[in-house]
Amino acid sequence: MRYRLIFTGQLLFTLMVAAFLVVPAMLSISAGVTVNYFRGISSGVTLQWVFQVWDLYAGTILLSFVIAAATLAVTLVVGVPSAYALHVRGGRLSRVVEEIITLPLAIPGLAIALGLLFTYQGFGGFRRSWLFILSGHVIFTMPFMVRSVMAVFGSVDIKTLDEGAASLGASPWRRFRDVIVPNAAPGILAGSLMVVTLSLGEFNLTWMLHTPLTKTLPIGLADSYASMRLEVASAYTLVFFVMIIPLLIAMQMFADREQRR
Amino acid sequence: MSAAAGHGASVRIEACGKTFADGTRALEPATLDIARGETLVLLGPSGCGKTTMLRIIAGLELPDPGGRVWFDGRDMTSVPIERRNVGMVFQSYALFPNMSVADNIGYGLKIRGLSSQERAARVAELVALTNIGGLEHRRIEQLSGGQRQRVALARAVAIRPGILLLDEPLTALDAALRDRLRGELNRLLRALGITTIYVTHDQAEAMELGDRIVVMQKGAIAQVGTPREIYFAPGNRFVAEFIGAANIIEAPLQHGHLVLPGGRQPVGGDASLAAAVAMIRPEAIRVVAAADAALSGTVDSVSFIGDRQRLVVSAASDKFLNVDAPNTIEVRAGERIGLSIAPDAVRLLPPAN
Repeated sequence: MRYRLIFTGQLLFTLMVAAFLVVPAMLSISAGVTVNYFRGISSGVTLQWVFQVWDLYAGTILLSFVIAAATLAVTLVVGVPSAYALHVRGGRLSRVVEEIITLPLAIPGLAIALGLLFTYQGFGGFRRSWLFILSGHVIFTMPFMVRSVMAVFGSVDIKTLDEGAASLGASPWRRFRDVIVPNAAPGILAGSLMVVTLSLGEFNLTWMLHTPLTKTLPIGLADSYASMRLEVASAYTLVFFVMIIPLLIAMQMFADREQRR
Repeated sequence: MSAAAGHGASVRIEACGKTFADGTRALEPATLDIARGETLVLLGPSGCGKTTMLRIIAGLELPDPGGRVWFDGRDMTSVPIERRNVGMVFQSYALFPNMSVADNIGYGLKIRGLSSQERAARVAELVALTNIGGLEHRRIEQLSGGQRQRVALARAVAIRPGILLLDEPLTALDAALRDRLRGELNRLLRALGITTIYVTHDQAEAMELGDRIVVMQKGAIAQVGTPREIYFAPGNRFVAEFIGAANIIEAPLQHGHLVLPGGRQPVGGDASLAAAVAMIRPEAIRVVAAADAALSGTVDSVSFIGDRQRLVVSAASDKFLNVDAPNTIEVRAGERIGLSIAPDAVRLLPPAN
């Protein structure tokens, strides 16, 4: 009896916490499909706001995905070999480099953005292009890629596998391709999902770095809340949800699968 | 696979030492020649430098400046491992989890550009040789320890290496399996006849597998010799105690005899010293009647082992003496017995430093 009481209490508490988090999201989404939010749902249900968002922000949404894909490409090409080098070399220098790569986790996005702006304000073309935002995203997401790949390297004794492949005559490039990357795949995949999700959702840094012509999903969202009617902004939230939720679910499923192994 | 002896390359390491970045001296400069087709065992306790020496020969570590590694008279010191044509079996086996057993064995052949038919033929040959038929398509995590060990060996041998390097290949296995695989490994190495360098801390492995054994201690070579030489004529106290069981006796010498509390024991060899450190193997001591023996003592304990019995005898020497007696004689604790030891079986060692 007492056990049931405790269980019921815990369940209620959990549901309340979930409601606290979920209700605002539901309200916001429902506002996005209501004809007139101030008159409530009785005014009718519509997708017109969603279409309007699409008309206004398709470019922004597209750019956001381009930047996320490019961020992923850069963190893969630079991050995976770096993680390999840092792991195999070891020693104090590697630790220092690892710390430097990890630093953006601790520095506020605002400060990173200011640093970038001060450094590159003279390069007008670069400053105005989406590549400027890309560089910010790469700095911000790199530690997640490097860390998750290094975590896998730590767990599969990649150094001995590398030596094994070397003893069989494989050049460093062959070893990297045939042995290192396949055995680091779980970490690379986890890191990739994280990088894409973070890049799509990043606001602080991007807010500082963007121009009216280079906006990403979250910047567009802030923009729409600031300058459009509430229903449009809410429809934007809905679009944002649809874009980012599958990625979050994939990440979660992946983490579960890793844990079961 | 040809059974003729004398395959592979000869190896010479010359003044090869190793100091790690943190200043640890893992290996004192050492010089060693390994003949073509020979099986050389590097033996010693952990931290003695044996694995470092193997890794220098493999090309996984660079010796300190001044050290040189030669294969068949060619200077290989700065050649990386992937161009040394060595086969290596790692203690953890280092099998690739992303490949099947057959792909693991064939990987070195693929690197060498063999066609898939040639590869398949060679892989089949090695699967038969190492007795792992039926496992070709398994994944590595589905194999037992003993099976992994065989796959690792097959993979190392598949590329027809000039030198086969084995780093404690049996250490990860349980005792019974280790004994069986040791015998198999011995037959396989003899059949291949390839130059082999084998690292172990297990003296039984070293004895069975080695043509010659290099006993190492604290980063330096303590003694090099055949198993018989190392066993019967250890060069110092460390080797004597590390290989097999040994009674170490410190006693004064008089007219070619060790003067002991339980009597006098004649010694062979140079007996002109005033005092000696002597080694006597437990199985070299024969139990005789106390009355007519030059050396006698009291049985302290008897442990029946099966193929023999181990007696601990007091009052014969300054310390307890271990004696291996045949399993048939009747001895009881407290009994007074005589000990007969051939003068040649008493090995005088250089005084401890």
